[in-house]
Amino acid sequence: MFEQHLLSLLIFLPVIGAMIVATAPTRKRDAADSGLSPAAILALVAAGAEFVLAICLWFRFEPGRPGFQFRELAEWIPGFGINYDVGLDGMSLLLVMLTAFLTLLCVLYSVRLQTRIREYMVCLLVLEAAMMGVFVALDLALFYVFWEIVLIPMYFLIGIWGHERRIYAAIKFFVYTFTGSVLMLVGIIYLYVQTGSFSLLELGANGSPAAMKLAGIPAPALMYLYGAFALAFMIKVPMIPFHTWLPDAHVEAPTAGSVILAGVLLKMGVYGFIRVCLPLFPEQMQASAPLFLWLSVIAIIYGAIVAAIQPDMKKLVAYTSVSHMGVVMLGVFSFNVTAMTGAILQSVNHGISTGMLFFLVGMLYDRKHTRAIAAYGGIRRIAPFFGAVFLIAAFSSAALPMTNGFVGEFLVLQGAYLAPNRGPMYAAIAACGMIFSAVYMLWLFQRVFCGPQMADGHDHVSDLTMRERFVLVPLVVMVLWLGCYVSPWIRPLTGIAQERQTADQQAASAVPTPGGFDMGQVAEHETRPSIAAVGQNR
Amino acid sequence: MMDGMGHLSSGGLVWAIPCVPLISFVVIMLFGGRILQVLGDAAGRRVIGALATLAVLVPFALSAALVRDLLALPAEARRAIVPLLPFAKTLPWIDAGPIHAQFAALIDPLSALMCLIVTGVGGLIHLYATGYMAHDRDYARFFAYFNLFIVAMLFLVLGESILMMFVGWEGVGLCSYLLISFWYDDTDNAKAGNKAFIVNRIGDVGFVLGILTIVSLFGTVSFHTADGRGFLDLAARKETLHGALGIGSAALIAGLLFIGACGKSAQFPLHIWLPDAMAGPTPVSALIHAATMVTAGVVMLTRMSVIFVQAPAVLLIVALVGLFTAIFAATIALTQTDIKKVLAYSTVSQLGFMFLGCGAGAFAAGMFHVMTHAFFKALLFLGAGSVIHGMAGQQNMRLMGGLRKHMPITFATMVAAWAAICGFPGLSGYWSKDLILGYGAGIHSYGMVIYAVGTFTAFLTGLYMTRLMVMTFGAKERFNTHEVHVHESPPSMWIPLALLAVLSIIGGLIGTPWGHQLQHFLEPVLPTAALHVAHEGVPVGVGLGIGAIVAIAAMAAGLVFYPAEAAKGEAIEPARNPILVGAERLWYVDSAANAIGIRFGGKVATVLWQWVDQGNIDRLVNIVAFVVGLLSEIVRGLQTGYVRIYVTTMLAGVAVLAVWALIGGGVR
Repeated sequence: MFEQHLLSLLIFLPVIGAMIVATAPTRKRDAADSGLSPAAILALVAAGAEFVLAICLWFRFEPGRPGFQFRELAEWIPGFGINYDVGLDGMSLLLVMLTAFLTLLCVLYSVRLQTRIREYMVCLLVLEAAMMGVFVALDLALFYVFWEIVLIPMYFLIGIWGHERRIYAAIKFFVYTFTGSVLMLVGIIYLYVQTGSFSLLELGANGSPAAMKLAGIPAPALMYLYGAFALAFMIKVPMIPFHTWLPDAHVEAPTAGSVILAGVLLKMGVYGFIRVCLPLFPEQMQASAPLFLWLSVIAIIYGAIVAAIQPDMKKLVAYTSVSHMGVVMLGVFSFNVTAMTGAILQSVNHGISTGMLFFLVGMLYDRKHTRAIAAYGGIRRIAPFFGAVFLIAAFSSAALPMTNGFVGEFLVLQGAYLAPNRGPMYAAIAACGMIFSAVYMLWLFQRVFCGPQMADGHDHVSDLTMRERFVLVPLVVMVLWLGCYVSPWIRPLTGIAQERQTADQQAASAVPTPGGFDMGQVAEHETRPSIAAVGQNR
Repeated sequence: MMDGMGHLSSGGLVWAIPCVPLISFVVIMLFGGRILQVLGDAAGRRVIGALATLAVLVPFALSAALVRDLLALPAEARRAIVPLLPFAKTLPWIDAGPIHAQFAALIDPLSALMCLIVTGVGGLIHLYATGYMAHDRDYARFFAYFNLFIVAMLFLVLGESILMMFVGWEGVGLCSYLLISFWYDDTDNAKAGNKAFIVNRIGDVGFVLGILTIVSLFGTVSFHTADGRGFLDLAARKETLHGALGIGSAALIAGLLFIGACGKSAQFPLHIWLPDAMAGPTPVSALIHAATMVTAGVVMLTRMSVIFVQAPAVLLIVALVGLFTAIFAATIALTQTDIKKVLAYSTVSQLGFMFLGCGAGAFAAGMFHVMTHAFFKALLFLGAGSVIHGMAGQQNMRLMGGLRKHMPITFATMVAAWAAICGFPGLSGYWSKDLILGYGAGIHSYGMVIYAVGTFTAFLTGLYMTRLMVMTFGAKERFNTHEVHVHESPPSMWIPLALLAVLSIIGGLIGTPWGHQLQHFLEPVLPTAALHVAHEGVPVGVGLGIGAIVAIAAMAAGLVFYPAEAAKGEAIEPARNPILVGAERLWYVDSAANAIGIRFGGKVATVLWQWVDQGNIDRLVNIVAFVVGLLSEIVRGLQTGYVRIYVTTMLAGVAVLAVWALIGGGVR
């Protein structure tokens, strides 16, 4: 019976897990007790099972098949035509994998938490369920419900387990993103009133009744409608100038909260642009592209420059997110296969690299209870393994080839360069981000890990513990895997790529772009160099 | 089998060239500590050193076999593409849109020659380092990084596509960073590493934009393919995807790639990282910052020569930047007192000569100088390392002197290198420098000026190298011989010196004006006569004669002039001559870069953060929040203002909808 309901299982497994964790007995642990609390063990099992489930989806997924797989459709609120409609395509698959992976690591990282661990784990698992829901929902109402549910556990994670200014940060986070969400809700309702459908597939399908009605909406109204959605997604990404919630939320959130926030939550904005705006408002999106492209390249440079001088290492990593998400949005708004592939890969890569950096910063905080860079120095001599892993994370963030960061960034730059209308200019500005990413990462590494040791000798600093290694080594493996052999991770995206390519060709044939670059032309001429294994014909 | 691509009997083992050092890197990185524990410190170090050195000498043997096989083939068949992994025919790296990059090697005379230089000189320097680093506490980490550098450098020269070349390009940058900041307990070393990587990144932006332009014009990242659709194949036929390759497009690609080359090969104004890079251990300076990595820019230019010759304006810029860098760095080298700094500026200057050769269209001459320079400059650095080793860490030449008595082997080998770099007739540097200056003289309308300035720079070269030799080995000891026990280095250190000395003396004989063997070997890589012909601006005999006179005059002048200055040691008065003062202060380029990059950049960043981000954007948000707060005061009667109440309400709503769905809706 599970065969047909894999996605429902994916959404509700963490919910069931959360319920069981919520009933777990709390017990006082004395210092000698090294065992894990029942809540931690149950949460690990739940997150582990979810990860296994995600891997099952990976193996059952057929790459290259256009459309959605594992589709489930059931009436939910027939009176309004709201359906429980879920499905998975390549982009969803990658984000689902990322979510399951990072949540498992977050749970593993937090098993030693001292305060209210049970509630903490419940929040993490509910958060996971909601994020999964966002990435598989194909009905706008359902999408919205999951989108909003995500806010709640995140609010509590920041507000309860955060640092000193947690209440301010939690409310700022909530108000910012909730503002966007409300606009989106208005948009969804207006869309329903005009077209009578909540279904993304119907609204996006060429020639369906709902799509015809959507096309019938007067242009100014359609632009406002797009604006409502775009604003919600922009805040989530976040794009300049809506990014100021991010540093505060990141700095105050507990480590796992920061990891999920940067690793997955920001991707919901990107996902929204690709899943909702691209099929529903393609022309509006094209029309707004110059604005978004400018905001993206500004974010890349601006975020990186501001990151470089942060005295607080968590804030530094937070600002690098602004920069990296600028790269992703540059890819989304370049409208071609290469850029889109790069943008989705970069989303996953950013989750891995930045997640890793937040874990590492959290581990430093666990040791010295300060986030101030100035309080560190010479850590590498005491903790060489720590230093090595941090260096890998730093270079992954700085997009060194053979780490994951390079592949996504390069494909985005290439796609942006190939885009018509000043594409090369945007690519050139964005490429300068390469310099600044080296500046902020190497400078951070040097100040924390190199140089002579501080006067206090870092009494409490030790090398990575076993638990920390279990969290970090899988991330290192992913950094190198995605960096050296990315093809398996691009393959699920080929279905989307084909759809987009045909759409691009239609658009290109309809609107001639002077001096522009036609993707079809490349596809025609590209020749894969065949390998001559010399020596075999000896 | 590919059209026009040859059969290599050793081709089946090409994958092992980068893979052997890669495996050695992984083993030392993961198990180095364990090896030292199990075998004991002394034996463990021997094992690690031997493993790392062998991991470079095995690829050297394979590269030699490769060159032998290429020589056995007719010139037009000397090209093959082979997979870089054992047992796998092909492994794609990136496969998206027009990008198809895979782990494969392009074997042709250029890549084979570079493999030979990298693994040959690299192997000798590995051997040297087993002695030089013998007592370092991070012995294993050093050799792991050293092997990784060889891997990256081999990727750079072997890569089948420009993207693979870029992988090696950034990879050597990474290793350079790791090895410059190897002694990271000193903040200055760590900062020098940062500077090297960041300045290189500036160049790399140019390189990346060059790749993007190549893909948009040619639709591929491969240099050559079997069916002749690699971008170099297309460029040689003046084709692109969109019609003929215009002079503007060629200039755009060449210009962007040249920025990349300037970064890696330390050309003005991106040279500022190289002298600081001397913070690394001396074998690192010899291998990475003299013999191999810094010449990557010349290798790249040669690889792309088909495109560069179609952009004459860029080619002229390459020549002029090279010439300017050569004389600029030579003047600085005349004034430095740190023995490694002199050699660093000398390297920058020699790299300028190589770029001058490329800019003149004589890419083979540039590569010839890459090779001879690898021999004598590696030897000079290793000799300097031997001196520093013997002097217990002293690098200030004013506090040396008289070492010829204490270190006879080092002295003898250094004399060979000194004569070679000065261009003493018959030695390796003589032939390659003469060739470059000859072709430089042939540059249209500027030829004679370039020749004059280049020859003057060659004179300065002889002067500063003689100064180095006199201050180090000549005159009397200017240190307390009772405190510092100068000693000759162990055999593991002087054997590489001796071998490199032999190469420095005879290595130039494969490129003499009568044989031109190296030039003929490289011909398949270079543009055909239909695209471009470089010619020498002075008759061969005249050029050789002037070169010999200049070299001997410079060496004689130095030997006459410097002993008196050297004898003064620390007591020497500061220079008053404005030219010398300027040169001594590095012509203020470093100060300017610091002022712009760090101080001004830091101000801009602070303004952006505190004024724009926190000042205005956040203030705007807070104003909006305030207005919303006022409104909420008004509707407070209805609302409690607590987020958790909203949340509860929403959850309740969802629950109601869910119940409704279960009762009324049913499942389809």
